Amino acid sequence: MAGQRVMIVGGGLAGLSAAMKLAELGVDVDVMSLTPVKRSHSVCAQGGINSVNDQTRQLGDDEWKHLDDTVYGGDFLQHQPPVKEMAYWAPRVIELMDRLGVTFNRTAEGFLDRRRFGGTLYKRTAFAGATTGQQLLYALDEQVRRWKTEGKVRMFEFWDFLGPVLDDRGVCRGCVGQDLVSMEIRAFPADAVVLATGGCGLIFGRSTMSMACNGGAVSRAVRAGAKYANGEFVQVHPTAIPGADKLRLMSESARGEGGRVWVPRRPQDTRDPLNIPLEERCYFLEERYPKYGNLVPRDIATREIFNVCVNEGLSVEKDRQCVYLDLTHISRHELDRKLGGILEIYEKFQGVDPRSTPMKIFPAVHYSMGGLWVDYEKAADGGLRVGSARNHVTNIPGLYAIGECDYQYHGANRLGANSLLSCIFSGLIVAPGLVEWLAGRNDSTKDASESGRLFEQARQAHQERHDALLARSGGGENPYLIHQELGLVMTKAATVVRRNDQLAEAVQKTNELRERAQECSLSDTGRWTNQNVVFTKALVDMFPIALAILEGALARDESRGAHFKPDFSMPSLRATSPDEKRREAEQWCDDFEASTAQWLRTTIAEWDGNRIRLSYEAVDTSLIPPRPRLYGLVGAEVIEQVWKERQAGRAVPGAGTAH
Amino acid sequence: MAHQSGHGHGHASVATGHRKLADWIDVRVLRQDGPGQASYWERHRIPYEPEMNVISVLQRMAAQAKTVDGRAVAPVAWECNCLEEVCGACTMVINGRVRQSCSALVDRLLRENPGEIELQPMGKFPVVRDLVVDRGRLFRALERMKAWIPVDGYFDMGQGLRQSQSAQEEMYPLSECMSCGCCLEACPQYTKIELARAEGETDEAWQARVREAYDLGFAGAHAISQVMLFNAHPTGRNNASERLDALTDPGGIQDCGNAQNCVAVCPKRIPLTTSIGRAGRAATLHSFRSFFDR
Repeated sequence: MAGQRVMIVGGGLAGLSAAMKLAELGVDVDVMSLTPVKRSHSVCAQGGINSVNDQTRQLGDDEWKHLDDTVYGGDFLQHQPPVKEMAYWAPRVIELMDRLGVTFNRTAEGFLDRRRFGGTLYKRTAFAGATTGQQLLYALDEQVRRWKTEGKVRMFEFWDFLGPVLDDRGVCRGCVGQDLVSMEIRAFPADAVVLATGGCGLIFGRSTMSMACNGGAVSRAVRAGAKYANGEFVQVHPTAIPGADKLRLMSESARGEGGRVWVPRRPQDTRDPLNIPLEERCYFLEERYPKYGNLVPRDIATREIFNVCVNEGLSVEKDRQCVYLDLTHISRHELDRKLGGILEIYEKFQGVDPRSTPMKIFPAVHYSMGGLWVDYEKAADGGLRVGSARNHVTNIPGLYAIGECDYQYHGANRLGANSLLSCIFSGLIVAPGLVEWLAGRNDSTKDASESGRLFEQARQAHQERHDALLARSGGGENPYLIHQELGLVMTKAATVVRRNDQLAEAVQKTNELRERAQECSLSDTGRWTNQNVVFTKALVDMFPIALAILEGALARDESRGAHFKPDFSMPSLRATSPDEKRREAEQWCDDFEASTAQWLRTTIAEWDGNRIRLSYEAVDTSLIPPRPRLYGLVGAEVIEQVWKERQAGRAVPGAGTAH
Repeated sequence: MAHQSGHGHGHASVATGHRKLADWIDVRVLRQDGPGQASYWERHRIPYEPEMNVISVLQRMAAQAKTVDGRAVAPVAWECNCLEEVCGACTMVINGRVRQSCSALVDRLLRENPGEIELQPMGKFPVVRDLVVDRGRLFRALERMKAWIPVDGYFDMGQGLRQSQSAQEEMYPLSECMSCGCCLEACPQYTKIELARAEGETDEAWQARVREAYDLGFAGAHAISQVMLFNAHPTGRNNASERLDALTDPGGIQDCGNAQNCVAVCPKRIPLTTSIGRAGRAATLHSFRSFFDR
């Protein structure tokens, strides 16, 4: 491996855990990031990180159940081997992070404290106050800083990834980056490039994501031929604080610690919420989902909050949609100890103390389940072969993707506190795989002058694009306003509820905006710290991903996880008599099987330079056969009964229902 | 914020009650086109909207890219990322006080100072452009102090050491430091170090020269507090003396003038002066020990 380097783009949890692990394995690493890595978006993760633990184990939990909750919560859309591997590593990941100094909350006896999160009945979630992502990121940042002082890691902070460099055989040989201060464009030869660039929330205008989450790096890989998978699956978090510049997350841990969601039964009741008697409050999640209560999976909670405001007209406010998230029944001391960080955010940005006044919240775009398509190598035990060069590689050899920017772990809907896990896990597992990839690169002893030409050409192409943008004449479109318009189009058509007519219209509008974005003029044509040109490039690159999301959603005529199309949803049972109910349930299961056969597939989007092409790929469901997700459906128990009988009737040990 | 009284026919009262404080917001910005260049004031005017913060003001200004007298100008450069006060990026001096621009709410600023908002870059760091400054020195201080846990490695070695609830509660606030630099801006002992890159100087040579200069300067409250965080950790403790060495080197704790401004401006309310007090005692003890152990 002497002289070999890996370039990691993005310094959040995934990128830094990969950097640290690679350095330990003796590989030289470069890290490129839009921001100082300590300021990456991972700091915004609040609630915690999941794993089976000694306590849950003794209550009947195990890794298999964590796997099951994750794929059931994700509506079976993810390949199961990577999820299995992740669930089995999870306890070790948390132990490692504890050793690295993460200030996890403790029990009285000094063990890691745990809380319960959505989509599970076990307290699996370890947490560090309400700033778990920040604490995890800092621990990794510290380790990477340590490697930097030893010369093993070089940092390129305030650099923008402009694109991968592919050789004539289509192998990734490095990348081109731009210094955001001096605007220098430079080629970085690398024996592998790992994208760890997070989600693409900025495509929706405002979201819970940070300003760096513009999807630009991923889009540039897609332009170079990388496949984008399951783009239409975008998680809308049930609880965020609406703001003019950003929708700030209010962590699920607020509900994990006992927070209750409600609206007054009388629409827009003007009384102080604390003066509204209990019987005049509608705790709609608890009423409709008695088993999970306020901790139903996120897609369900989001739809219910949306529904109660939009369709039932019970929004707390008239002009702005929101519901109460109420913590006022919990003691101040307890709240400060476990939720201090997020309560301060609410207080700071809303000017109201959530310890004594119910918060007002509404759903917001939060997480991209979809992302770059990546491969894996399945092991005999149904998990992954650790150390396989195939793990996390995109369809471009030598180009890898980890963390939120890949599509691997969360299927159609992510469970709370699984993202920090998948980010760190994917970083840790990509490292030994890269070692195998690097070992196989010895045959590629490159002709130095030939590869020199390759990099110079790539650099030159980006330089020309940059110079052409700066040379645009004035009076054209304003990139910031086009971004706002794109955000409105995406938020309206592709968030909580999706309808084909709206999606088709959004595709058309997005294409129009894309045309207009080609005509942007810059208000800054300077050659020093020009944020205007950097933003304009990112905007132009939002369109392939925006279109992948819209086209994927338009084509997928079903409801699955975060993708909810009422016109194609499986209905509740209507019948009242047991026989009739039974017959309906049989029909329901037939429909479910037909829909599964057609749609339990990964959407693959490719960019042909002008538009998105869709294709579909089978999902590996060999470990846990898909079953209907019945949260809150009327007649669920009958459907479940019928379903179980059918499964028992055709049970062939070890075989899944893969189609 | 005051409750708005309900008016009209059952119009919902908004708990955060927004009275329109102005029709327009005037923003005075101290701009600078690049390192070593002269700074200049510029005035922008944007329409008032309820619930704005300084970030959304800067966003509107960027989209408009015009001064108050209608002159087209390049958008003001500034740094930001999370917009919820956990990343530390968007520090600047607003109405004369250093703070995060995301949590600086316009309504409050206008109440403090009706009519206009004044924005300046931090004064203790070299200006890159406009409101963007180079805080490399701040991160370098974390390297100097060996602000990490010296684990053997990242293989599976079982559980970490058990820790008491009270130990966690002491460490957690210190670990919330987001390297924003407010404590340094407010510190009288922390003075600006700004070097100019020489013509033709390589990246490596330039970075080495900068590091050397930074390492002689005061490390500041944030770095001292990080030493206390890692020295309190059951594994971090193992190389506590290396950190105390760094803390007693030039630019270490002895440079602290005890002005206590740091703790007053820290947006995360980290008990910086408590850390400094403890660090002072630990450093003194460490110096004695080193002296007698010779």
